[in-house]
Amino acid sequence: MSEKTLIEAIREAMDEELARNSEVFITGEDVGPRGGVFRATLGLFAKYGPTRIIDSPLAELSIVAVGIGAAMNGLRPICEIQFADFIQPAYNQIVNEAARIYYRTGGTFTVPMVIRAPYGGGIGGGLYHSQSIEATYSHVPGLKVVIPSNPYDAKGLLKSAIRDNNPVLFLEAKKGYRLIKGEVPEGDYTVPIGPANVTREGTDLTVYAYGMMHFYCQQAAEEVGKEGISVELVDLRTLNPLDKDTVLNSFKKTGKALIVYEDNRFLGYGAEIAAILADEGFNYMDAPIMRLAGPDVPGVPYSHPLQDWFMPGPKKIADAMRKLAAY
Amino acid sequence: MSQSQVSSAAPDAAVGKKTARPARNGEAARQETEVIDTATLKDWYRQMVLIRRFEEEARAAYQQGKVGGFLHLYIGEEAIAIGAIHALRPEDHIVTHYRDHGHAIARGLDPRRLMAELYGKETGVDKGRGGSMHFADVTKNFWGGYAIVAGHLTIAVGLALAAQRANEKRVAMVFFGDGSTDNGEFYECLNLAAVWKLPVVFVCENNQYGMGVAISKASAVTNVYQKASMANIPAQQVNGMDALEVYAAVSKLVEEARNGGGPRFVEALCYRYQGHSVADPDKYRDKDTLEEWKQRDAIERMRGVLEARGVMAEDLSLVNADVEREIKEVLAFAESSPAPDVSTLFDHIYAQPV
Repeated sequence: MSEKTLIEAIREAMDEELARNSEVFITGEDVGPRGGVFRATLGLFAKYGPTRIIDSPLAELSIVAVGIGAAMNGLRPICEIQFADFIQPAYNQIVNEAARIYYRTGGTFTVPMVIRAPYGGGIGGGLYHSQSIEATYSHVPGLKVVIPSNPYDAKGLLKSAIRDNNPVLFLEAKKGYRLIKGEVPEGDYTVPIGPANVTREGTDLTVYAYGMMHFYCQQAAEEVGKEGISVELVDLRTLNPLDKDTVLNSFKKTGKALIVYEDNRFLGYGAEIAAILADEGFNYMDAPIMRLAGPDVPGVPYSHPLQDWFMPGPKKIADAMRKLAAY
Repeated sequence: MSQSQVSSAAPDAAVGKKTARPARNGEAARQETEVIDTATLKDWYRQMVLIRRFEEEARAAYQQGKVGGFLHLYIGEEAIAIGAIHALRPEDHIVTHYRDHGHAIARGLDPRRLMAELYGKETGVDKGRGGSMHFADVTKNFWGGYAIVAGHLTIAVGLALAAQRANEKRVAMVFFGDGSTDNGEFYECLNLAAVWKLPVVFVCENNQYGMGVAISKASAVTNVYQKASMANIPAQQVNGMDALEVYAAVSKLVEEARNGGGPRFVEALCYRYQGHSVADPDKYRDKDTLEEWKQRDAIERMRGVLEARGVMAEDLSLVNADVEREIKEVLAFAESSPAPDVSTLFDHIYAQPV
């Protein structure tokens, strides 16, 4: 066991799966000798060579489309989209093809592929290098959407994603690549796709989060804990399919819910959680269901003061926790 | 040149190799451009120096943390913006990619407001919302830098359609890299521009790398101008290190497009002196090749042309000194400008009814 960063855990998962199964290969922009712009594939080209670590043209549609074809014919591609913002040219391939092929062939053809994409703001990337795309893609049945919040889960979930027989969109908090550290066991283990994780037990209110926001929620929960507010924190981990039992069980316990996400608030992932709580948890409800999210502006603005205003962070989250606890 | 004919100045140019040659018509182009007066050439020289100095200062500011996000430098490619944009009229349209500083300065956008944009200030051309990759100024018909590879070529086709529908004699010039030409949107745009005979001038800045990947690893056709043949668009390859050669070739193409000839395509061979962005350590390129390209430096070449015309070296030193004076102003403006107020975050989301 040793402490690793989020990006190291992701790299280790890919390395081990490449070694374990010759059907696994990686393609994407600059994933080869350069090791990817975030260095997720650093060293893999030297180890596995050009037939398994394949540099693509700057063309996301074909990165995904080729992955689908290869997956249908027995390979297990890991397609890297350099920034989640760049995924949209491949939207048709993901939504109309990858997510539907198993269903439309009556369960005959499978698409065992992973699409990895760094998402989120806070790095000054501006409008085209900061987006959160999880709500758009979680809307698509047939596609799994996973967002790890720590290195242990990142390695275990990515391994599960690579072994899964369905297309999995694996979103990685780029702000957390080197910021988020944690213990990661050497060697093989998996974290199943599906179950959410109660990462902090509490009694006053439940906070639902994932990815980078979960990291900030931990800090905020620690902060308000000193003031006597007991926060239960649920790390959703898999956004589709959602672990409704864990979501509802925690709400049953606390009766108060705050959903934190970085994506635009309107029709964001928190809206679905809020709807489920209202539908199926009405009897437990002690306070209005709260959402803290990115504001509804078209992209994270470049200028630092505006970006800081856009991004939910520990302070805003702690304030929201206090407000909900006081209700 | 007929619509169906595709020609090249250098059909066998060994792009991407050490021996990449400038187009063979370079000499003829220089003869054609001898009609350009020396004062104009001096101005072009000044603009190229300004672009380079602007970017060197932007790089320094980035390294000091004053400029954030991603910074893609144009250093080494200045001749293309200068040669191509000066072939346009003020009413013509320009659309470009994220390596857009040079185009903006060549088009005459205020460098103070461009630097302020890099600093994320309210006085920036996008009021700090966009940053390096999205310089824009509607008063200059400069429709902006775009961050998605190949995603912006479409916009030039639309601008040209609007010009055609309005019977305006305006062309839309779009700049893009060699990497864009491996992307499907590129082909859709060429096809539409050709089938509708739209006045689009496609300018490919072939710096021979799509991020860290050499063109030969990403593209089945490395002489990019040949790709225009899929839509029967007349195309040629020029030496992108020579502003005069670019100007001579592009001027002709612009006027053909303006006068109903349909789209035109030019591939300008060049090499960026820096990594893909300032954050890129540039370990994938051969240092000797880079040095060879630096020997063909566009600014030095223009200096040589001016000296051959009898402009004194002292005269050019005065030009450089004047650029330094302007750069000081540019930086002072950016430094002293206010950041956007957070109360403005929700401004500019929906346009108001006219």
